[in-house]
Amino acid sequence: MDLKELYQEIILDHGKNPRNLRKTENFNKDAKGHNPLCGDKVHIFLKIDENKNISDISFEGSGCAISMASASIMTDLMKEKKEKEVKELVEDFLQMIKESPEMKTKIITENEKTKLMSLSGVKQYPMRVKCATLAWHTLTSAMNNSQEETNTEKFD
Amino acid sequence: MNINNIKKQFPIFNNKVHNNDLVYLDSANSSQKPQMVVDRIYDFYTKEFSNVGRSVHYLAVAATNLYENTRIMMQKYINAKDPNEIVFTKGATEAINLVANTFGQKFLREGDEILLTELEHHSNYVPWHYLRKLKGVKINFAEINNDGEITIESIEKSITPKTKMIAITHLSNVTGAILPIKEITSLAHSKNIPILIDGCQGAPHLKLDMQDIDCDFYAISCHKMYGPTGLGVLYAKKKWLDTLPPYQGGGGMIREVKKEGISFGDLPNKYEAGTMATAQVIAFGESIKFLNQIGIENIEKHESELTKYGEEVLRKNNSVKLVGNPKNKGSVLSFTLDGIHAHDIATILDEDGVAIRAGHHCCQILHDKLGLSATARASLGVYNTKDDLDKLNESINKCKKIFDR
Repeated sequence: MDLKELYQEIILDHGKNPRNLRKTENFNKDAKGHNPLCGDKVHIFLKIDENKNISDISFEGSGCAISMASASIMTDLMKEKKEKEVKELVEDFLQMIKESPEMKTKIITENEKTKLMSLSGVKQYPMRVKCATLAWHTLTSAMNNSQEETNTEKFD
Repeated sequence: MNINNIKKQFPIFNNKVHNNDLVYLDSANSSQKPQMVVDRIYDFYTKEFSNVGRSVHYLAVAATNLYENTRIMMQKYINAKDPNEIVFTKGATEAINLVANTFGQKFLREGDEILLTELEHHSNYVPWHYLRKLKGVKINFAEINNDGEITIESIEKSITPKTKMIAITHLSNVTGAILPIKEITSLAHSKNIPILIDGCQGAPHLKLDMQDIDCDFYAISCHKMYGPTGLGVLYAKKKWLDTLPPYQGGGGMIREVKKEGISFGDLPNKYEAGTMATAQVIAFGESIKFLNQIGIENIEKHESELTKYGEEVLRKNNSVKLVGNPKNKGSVLSFTLDGIHAHDIATILDEDGVAIRAGHHCCQILHDKLGLSATARASLGVYNTKDDLDKLNESINKCKKIFDR
């Protein structure tokens, strides 16, 4: 195990200075997520335009460096993506965090993939996987208009 | 007392964690087990096993005697008046549920109030919460002061003519505050209110005398007292155990069972339905022996010195903020680090073999009050040394290095 792999510079950067940490004005979709084990909280706001493009995405919340970095990197990446693409990216990311050695999607650049792969350090810390996936599960809830709060205990 | 000799009795310390010596600072969560406790479980299962209280064969009689012997040891350990005042449960949580359920059933009505404190662990809040819906009772919380303490004044202020039960912790698992439980008990009794003490953190660290404290109920977690998991003790004054209804129904707790009705057994059987955690109870006798061999007064002194040392070391570390500053403090050091979340701290410390807890420690009410989502907590046991606290401090500095780069 290597802490440097878990706490890579990019994670610390996004963890300490999260991008898109605000509330989208006139958002039309949102969802709250909670990790009851450690108290991480995230609230995702989406503005989806008539062409089903994500014109803005933001989040509010508090938590550990991993959960904040994950939400920050995710929101950065999802801007201007189509609804369909968001779903593909979420699935691919969760697959990568769970078992796949890499991301398969062709929607994003290699550079962007590298950014997401920086979160893969949690694979060696099973108790911390939920920190990395909270924002992503919550984004799915927001897309599905789920009223229920996303709870990490309900996912594998 | 020689800590090195005491530490040698705990086989867990022969193991490495991530190639480092284990620095175990999570005893408020659960303590490690001395060899004699581990051996007792093995010996019981390999040489002496039988269910207790049922059969008349040799093994059953011997096992029953061993089981009942722990009850007497526990009675003496906490100076209860009568061995029947010791009820074995599956944990302190079940002990509190037992009281909330049976006391609530028999004595509480709509509008009655239960007084807790803001320091309570969820296990001394959630069992009472059920009575809100079931009985329409109201739950009040005595407030902490700025030092994270509960004073007698805070309790007195929160008692109303409708208060029917006071349930408070002996020692906060977050701020470490030791509550003046004897004075609070006397205050409660002056107003004819029974009192339950959640002794999970008190029992492993402080000398207990039930007749002196005079509380009505005292809940104990055995796995925090160098004993096995799956076991708790409810101390309750005999008058209550005689008066309250049974908690769970089943074998062993009955006298006569007919199609028309059932009569219940005598104490202590009335509250011990079904096959109990027999091996754990018998092995817990060894935990009491272990504590008696060292002497709880010596443990108190050792842990109190260590706590003071830990506070000193952490106070000198500028980026550490200790949570709470109680005058009378048990061996719990909760803290936050500027700009680093408790879970990141715990992960980084773990790499050095330093085991702490991070989160809200089952005290969300307290964390909300303090405006903190999570804290890191180092808690001590009899096997800890100043060296452990120095290593804690070193690892904390490593957290800063990792985050400041």
